[in-house]
Amino acid sequence: MQTILRSASKEVVIGGDNPFCIIGERINPTGRKAFQEQLKLGDISRLEVDVAQQVAGGAMVLDVNMGAPLVDEVGLMSRAVEMIQDLTDLPLCIDSSVIEALEAGLSAYEGKALVNSVTAEDERMDAILPLVADHGAAIIMLPNDETEIPEDPRRRLELVDKCVEVAHGRFGIPMEDIVIDPLAMPVGADTSLVRKTLETIGLVRERYGLNMTLGASNVSFGMPDRHALGAAFLPMAALAGLTSAIMDARSPQIVRAAKAADLFLDHDPWGGAWIATHRATQAAAGSG
Amino acid sequence: MNREELLKQLYDDTLVGNAPSVLELTNEGLAMDLGPEELLFEALIPSLEEVGARFERGDFFVPEMLVAGKAMAGALEILRPLLAETGAETMGTFVMGTVKGDVHDIGKNLVNIMLEGAGFHVIDLGVQVAPEKFIAAIEEHKPDIVGFSAFLTTTMPMFKANINALEKAGLRDEVIVMVGGAPVTQEYADAVGADGYAADASAAVAKAKDLLARRRAAAHA
Repeated sequence: MQTILRSASKEVVIGGDNPFCIIGERINPTGRKAFQEQLKLGDISRLEVDVAQQVAGGAMVLDVNMGAPLVDEVGLMSRAVEMIQDLTDLPLCIDSSVIEALEAGLSAYEGKALVNSVTAEDERMDAILPLVADHGAAIIMLPNDETEIPEDPRRRLELVDKCVEVAHGRFGIPMEDIVIDPLAMPVGADTSLVRKTLETIGLVRERYGLNMTLGASNVSFGMPDRHALGAAFLPMAALAGLTSAIMDARSPQIVRAAKAADLFLDHDPWGGAWIATHRATQAAAGSG
Repeated sequence: MNREELLKQLYDDTLVGNAPSVLELTNEGLAMDLGPEELLFEALIPSLEEVGARFERGDFFVPEMLVAGKAMAGALEILRPLLAETGAETMGTFVMGTVKGDVHDIGKNLVNIMLEGAGFHVIDLGVQVAPEKFIAAIEEHKPDIVGFSAFLTTTMPMFKANINALEKAGLRDEVIVMVGGAPVTQEYADAVGADGYAADASAAVAKAKDLLARRRAAAHA
């Protein structure tokens, strides 16, 4: 299964034998006080730094979220998407829980975007999936509904069934454009939670072979040495069937872990990418 | 073990979240005629305050906070009926819930555990709690504080809806309103007219105590 995302000039493929797709999570004001203040004033200049750092770190797609209290999320989304397309040719992942903001982002975007996200709630699917279908975008779908975020992997799989049935069956979204988020939870809150995410990944792969992505930073919330945990988690998840993650692309430790997973899972023929990165790092160190 | 040693040991074992030992020491303390208030105010609560302080400093992490809170909650189950008998004032009653339209509960549950650990009686209404349900719970339990949790920017507006419902029911002045959740900020809490906001579970406990102390001081003044 291959999910193809496009900017005006670049194509990125998730899944198949392609490398693990690193979606940069940084363009998001949650927990960033200074950035929130700027957004409140309509100032999006900070995006320049966020884009540059993530591109340099190895992001292949950039997530764009403008959701903060007391900001004009719809207006900001459309301006941010326009600005980011001037800064980079990476495809974008339009991220909001506000439907109008998704719409604004998709309208401002040239290419085939990934939309983040829709839950298995009927009302949300009815509102968001037509938009996704209209724009020919790909969609991240979450196996939680209006009553619960299930812990049990089998219950999550049932909700994935529902997602597929509605998105593909009813709205005609191609299977390859459905990307499942198996729900990454903080291991610090309950040490059984990440296992359940890994099991969900295995079940979804087995039943559908769909591409999957998740918020990788969630797993290490509330714990020390977060980058080390992220770096250990990704290869485990990749082995289970995760093909992408929304993650901290500025962390060499986590990015290298994803690249090592590519190598070990035979998604990096002859280790070409791994060696090339090593050489580039050496050259940069030498010239610095 | 004398009384001082027992209180010290209870403090230490709560700090590291050794639940079986905390239970045992609580029973032992009662058997050697330590009052439930002594156990609570001279060992358990100071210990949990230290947990909160360490968390704030970044020396303690979420699981450590959780096990300490759970150890403390175990002791409180034994002590609560005894405290009620002696007429001692409990810390307060807290009605908590995730707002309508939102099913996220991990953060809320963390706050509950810490509140219980701090001696609050917590009534958790779960997730997807509609304004009417909050109102009914407030009428039934007469809490000192009600807490609204939201994880999404799209569900945060329910804070205002809930507060409006409180006003309409004539309950706004009867209860302290606290709000929290990943996207929530102090400024947003102020904008919707909440009485308090905290960024994490440990800060939420400190804030709850602070708000309650002010309310009680104002009532006595």
